[in-house]
Amino acid sequence: MNAMAAKRMRLRGMIRKESLQILRDPSSIAIAFVMPVVLLLLFGYGVSLDARHVPLAMVVEQPDATSASLIGAFQRSEFFDPRPYASIQAAQQAFDLREVFGIVWLRNDFSRRLLSSGEAPIGVIVNGVDANQARITEGYIQGVWQAWLASYAREQGVELKIPVRLEPRIWFNAAVRSRDFLVPGLIAVIMTLIGAMLTSMVVAREWERGTMEALMVTPIRIGELVIGKLVPYFVLGMGGMLLSVAMALWQFDVPLRGSFWALSAASALFMLVALGMGLLISVVAKNQFVAGQVSIVITFLPAFILSGFIFEISSMPEPIRVITHLVPARYFVAILQTLFLAGDIWPIVLANCGALAIMALIFLGLARRKTHKRLDA
Amino acid sequence: MNNLQRIIALAIKELLAILRDKKSRFVLIGPPIAQLIIFGYAATFDLNDIPVAVYNEDRGAPSRELVARITGSPHFHLVSRIDHDEQIAPLIDNKEVLMVLHLGPRFSELLKRGQSAPAQVIIDGRNSNTALLTLGYLRTIFTDFNLEWTRRSGLPPPPAMLKIRPWYNENLLSRWFIVPGIVGLLTLVVTTIVTGLSVAREREAGTFDQLLVTPLRPVEILIGKSVPGILIGLVEGTFILLMAVLWFEVPLRGSIGALYLGMFLFLLSAIGIGLMISSLAVTQQQGILGAFLFLVPAVILSGFATPIANMPELVQQLTYLNPLRYFLIIIRGVFLEGDSYGLLFDQYWPMVIIAVVTLALAGWLFRHRMN
Repeated sequence: MNAMAAKRMRLRGMIRKESLQILRDPSSIAIAFVMPVVLLLLFGYGVSLDARHVPLAMVVEQPDATSASLIGAFQRSEFFDPRPYASIQAAQQAFDLREVFGIVWLRNDFSRRLLSSGEAPIGVIVNGVDANQARITEGYIQGVWQAWLASYAREQGVELKIPVRLEPRIWFNAAVRSRDFLVPGLIAVIMTLIGAMLTSMVVAREWERGTMEALMVTPIRIGELVIGKLVPYFVLGMGGMLLSVAMALWQFDVPLRGSFWALSAASALFMLVALGMGLLISVVAKNQFVAGQVSIVITFLPAFILSGFIFEISSMPEPIRVITHLVPARYFVAILQTLFLAGDIWPIVLANCGALAIMALIFLGLARRKTHKRLDA
Repeated sequence: MNNLQRIIALAIKELLAILRDKKSRFVLIGPPIAQLIIFGYAATFDLNDIPVAVYNEDRGAPSRELVARITGSPHFHLVSRIDHDEQIAPLIDNKEVLMVLHLGPRFSELLKRGQSAPAQVIIDGRNSNTALLTLGYLRTIFTDFNLEWTRRSGLPPPPAMLKIRPWYNENLLSRWFIVPGIVGLLTLVVTTIVTGLSVAREREAGTFDQLLVTPLRPVEILIGKSVPGILIGLVEGTFILLMAVLWFEVPLRGSIGALYLGMFLFLLSAIGIGLMISSLAVTQQQGILGAFLFLVPAVILSGFATPIANMPELVQQLTYLNPLRYFLIIIRGVFLEGDSYGLLFDQYWPMVIIAVVTLALAGWLFRHRMN
């Protein structure tokens, strides 16, 4: 028997052992297939930045045809749910109780000033606590106001003259659906979690159960041990990934404009990084408790907050931006958002894949180096 | 020895068990501070230095003034000037710029003739929220420019003007929204993990049997195990609160008493959930997994980063079970809106119910699993 054949046999044996272990203890199958579905459903529906039917208090101190047409413009907008209030005091009370998000206030001289001098003030108060929500609502209110100005001018038989007309075109997501960018990002967050959870316990488990000693007396080499542990979980993780992509496409109707094979290649690379991270934790911790805790602390929250999935990395202060480079989800989020929404834009896909490849090499290399076939190491 | 003394003795023992161990002491102090600082700075929706390319085919003064207004704003940052249509797509595709402003060759001429001049803006929509915010910043600049232009050229002003005022957060800083939220987020994580593991650790170490042969009754054990969680939660919460006020300079406008009443009820309900997990878990690993299975959805479905109002109706109903939902409203209300007890009543009582139900269930499970 030559050396190559022996190596193949040992590797095959190791992969077979790990696969059987997975099949006999269904918890890793549950982690790989049930968790992505549950998490993606929960997050996909739970995380949304699209405001619809925002409750607005409408206070009209002197109702007439003009104010009615302005209120009508708010009623026709799908973004607002206007509710009439008799006085500004009543509206303010509802505002304090958080029953309405904002107040639109037309004072009793609104129509008079509109007809005489122009620039009649439409008072608007929005709740600024959630600054992002407030800014987006302001944008919608401006949209309603401009549409109303145009229709009011038409009714008066004059042409509305806006000096500079802003003509925005939003590429890749013309309908500005937040779900289209959040769901691809969520896949990255969820897969970081699952990849690390799948492998973070496997080596620690062998140490705790004492079966590591049994492995040590076999002729297996360390490299083969690491690969043998990796392969079955890689297959499992890619299955979970495929499931998530299918859900993004058919459950959440996110378009996939890039090529499927680019997506598969990037996913495979990322899966190696996530599994390698888990394996490294497991090798270093040698204890399931610590391994579990560490993998939770360094995967979920950083992937959620530092990956650019929801908070823009370019707006973070410089030192934090440096830290984000250590978060593998960051590269995968960029790849996924580009592949899903924009298409095969090679400079972005390749640069981020390169970063992932380097991270995979580092994590797997470290995991291999830290695995010793000695009890006293 | 009476009941009270027994409970106090157990509480002290529990506290020592947590604080004596170097590793768990570190878990309580290190990660929360690091997370507060990093997330406090990282978790922001505000945009600054949005990279912009300008494609100005017009050489007139008005177009230069408009471009200067955009590039001079702290939100935008000029990256390149281009002179061909074909240059637009690669810049946006490769994320070198987020936005391209295109003014046609007749821009100034149209303006001066009193006609409407179009300004094309192409925005990268890969992050739709960023795209909307960028559009919002631009709209403000354009509205100001237009107003000044009408005044200067003696055109009739628009019949009605919007006067928008945001209350409670006048400059719309998203840090003021996120940092108080981190107080809730981190205290929840710490107390759930501390209490979620407390019984399982004793089961694994075998000291749980010793606890059972003491004269302590199950209810007393339960109380003794929740006291350290409350104390640690209060200390940790106070520390993060101080950091929010002193380091991140978020204004604290309301009643501190109302805030601490909310924090106390919030910790009680978090501990109830933690103890429930704890009495169900046989091993520490199960305890961690259980704590995690509760924490992840609790963070997502709390309104911490994205508003609850945007969720589908069914998911919104689910958030009523989440204590973090109520505490986030309380802490943001007290910090920014200056709320006191009266306005927060509707947030207090659901947490009381959650606390009572989970603590009772934990007590029942506790007795049940003991026998």
